Amino acid sequence: MKYVWPIFKREFAGYFATPLAYVFIVIFLLAMGAFTFYVGRFFDNGIADLSVFFGYHPWLYLFLVPAISMRLWAEERRTGTMELLLTLPVPLWATVTGKYLAAWAFIAIALALTFPIWITVNYLGDPDNGVIVASYVGSLLMAGGYLAIGACISSTTNNQVIAFVVTVVVCFLFTISGAPLVLDLFRGWAPLALVNAISSFSFLTHFSAIQAGVIDLRDLIYFFSLIALFLTANVVVVDLKKSG
Amino acid sequence: MIEIEGLTKRFGPYTAVSDLSLTVGKGEVLGFLGPNGAGKSTTMKMVTGFLSPTAGRVRVCGHDVETDALAAQSAIGYLPEGAPAYGDMTARQFLLFIAEVRGFKGADAKAKVDAAVGKTELAGVLDQPIETLSKGFKRRVGLAQAILHDPPVLIMDEPTDGLDPNQKHSVRTLIRAMAAEKAIVVSTHLLEEVEAICTRAVIIDRGQIVADGTPAELLARSRYHNAVTVTLPTTLESAAGGKLRGLASVSGVETQRRADGTVSFTAFAKNGALPIEDIGALAAAEKWDVKELRAEAGRLDEVFRAITTHDAAQRKADAA
Repeated sequence: MKYVWPIFKREFAGYFATPLAYVFIVIFLLAMGAFTFYVGRFFDNGIADLSVFFGYHPWLYLFLVPAISMRLWAEERRTGTMELLLTLPVPLWATVTGKYLAAWAFIAIALALTFPIWITVNYLGDPDNGVIVASYVGSLLMAGGYLAIGACISSTTNNQVIAFVVTVVVCFLFTISGAPLVLDLFRGWAPLALVNAISSFSFLTHFSAIQAGVIDLRDLIYFFSLIALFLTANVVVVDLKKSG
Repeated sequence: MIEIEGLTKRFGPYTAVSDLSLTVGKGEVLGFLGPNGAGKSTTMKMVTGFLSPTAGRVRVCGHDVETDALAAQSAIGYLPEGAPAYGDMTARQFLLFIAEVRGFKGADAKAKVDAAVGKTELAGVLDQPIETLSKGFKRRVGLAQAILHDPPVLIMDEPTDGLDPNQKHSVRTLIRAMAAEKAIVVSTHLLEEVEAICTRAVIIDRGQIVADGTPAELLARSRYHNAVTVTLPTTLESAAGGKLRGLASVSGVETQRRADGTVSFTAFAKNGALPIEDIGALAAAEKWDVKELRAEAGRLDEVFRAITTHDAAQRKADAA
């Protein structure tokens, strides 16, 4: 922790030192609003819940989270600060964790700033606030999953555009792996166990489970192990790059 | 304090550093010289733990950089090439970050930052974002970052690059002031810097050490070591040239006519001889109208060129 904290603090403050944080938060909130009210027809539904709102989260994260994660490592590599960072007496896992948590905390703030919509549904009707809390938790975990994938991919390159595009593609595959589009490719020939395994990789499957209002241990384990897996890969990639 | 044994680094088929061994002790200021691409920066990156060696090992204050990286890195202050820093932070925020990462807290961290800022004369720009600073100030922020924790080992990749002569002078003064207590490695292209601050100069070429000695020892390898330049009116050219060549302590003479009606002779010394005495006596005996008479210690740039281009020329000859 004593190693993670300074790294976290610097990285987190870094978001607010540039317009990046403000631009991101504004776009994030505008996009959330636009999808919920115009595309999702929030008012026309006449139901006091936020399922429409949360339903768009995976698709917004798909583009907004890679925009945050692409710079995590690629920028350090390009500006040469990587050399400074990696020669400081900090274990590599702590650097990876600190940077990751800072980005996650930043996304958490953006997500928390959607609170007016929660107030709105409570004003308009009588929603199940337990479901909404669970959905927020699920949304944050899902953002964490996208972010871990993005952090790992960012560490493989010094080009932020490449990091962004590859992250979007990989995250897209993780998002839709439970959808018929992907599963039908396997259903014809693969054993059921494999199809189920692929389906279980899907963010959507786990997120919709949580969105139903039940935070199942299996869904938590899924997201946390996915994050742990990609952060470990992140450490390995950075370490391998030391060998030239 | 720094022990390098058989250090090798290959990037694919290219060998950047080849079986390099070197020990640097306390009180030494080692000037690390070599042409571009000789492996200076790569070596420094391996010593500081940024790159892993292909073979060999590095120990800093007894800690192996590969297996005990944290302890080794705690003992090192490192100024990477180009002095990278987080541009969006102010110099103060950046230095406080470094202090905190290095384990200093609160008032202690502030005191360390203040001390480093004082030594590098950064007080005036502390609250400006680093990206708005001039090259010289950026370099000094990097330097402040490296010396902040008063490390026993200091490694600096071109610390005076981009500084004006006054700033160079103050950085060199700073390095000299710290020298007694630390082991310092400085890479540089500036040969005058080696003469100014280094107690030892190591020249590397294509990843290998090709010369290692005090600056004076390297100067002694120069053709110009103890050479004497004497300037006379052009009327004396032929007579004086012959007499100079005839001296026992002189191995050869080069002549250069000058625009102001004088001619300069450079008399090179035979091994270990001091021709300045003979030439002085000769000039007095011949009653020459001497305009200028001086001896040289040697020219480091010439030694550098001779050492680092000799092999290349040899290879070309072999290939032909």
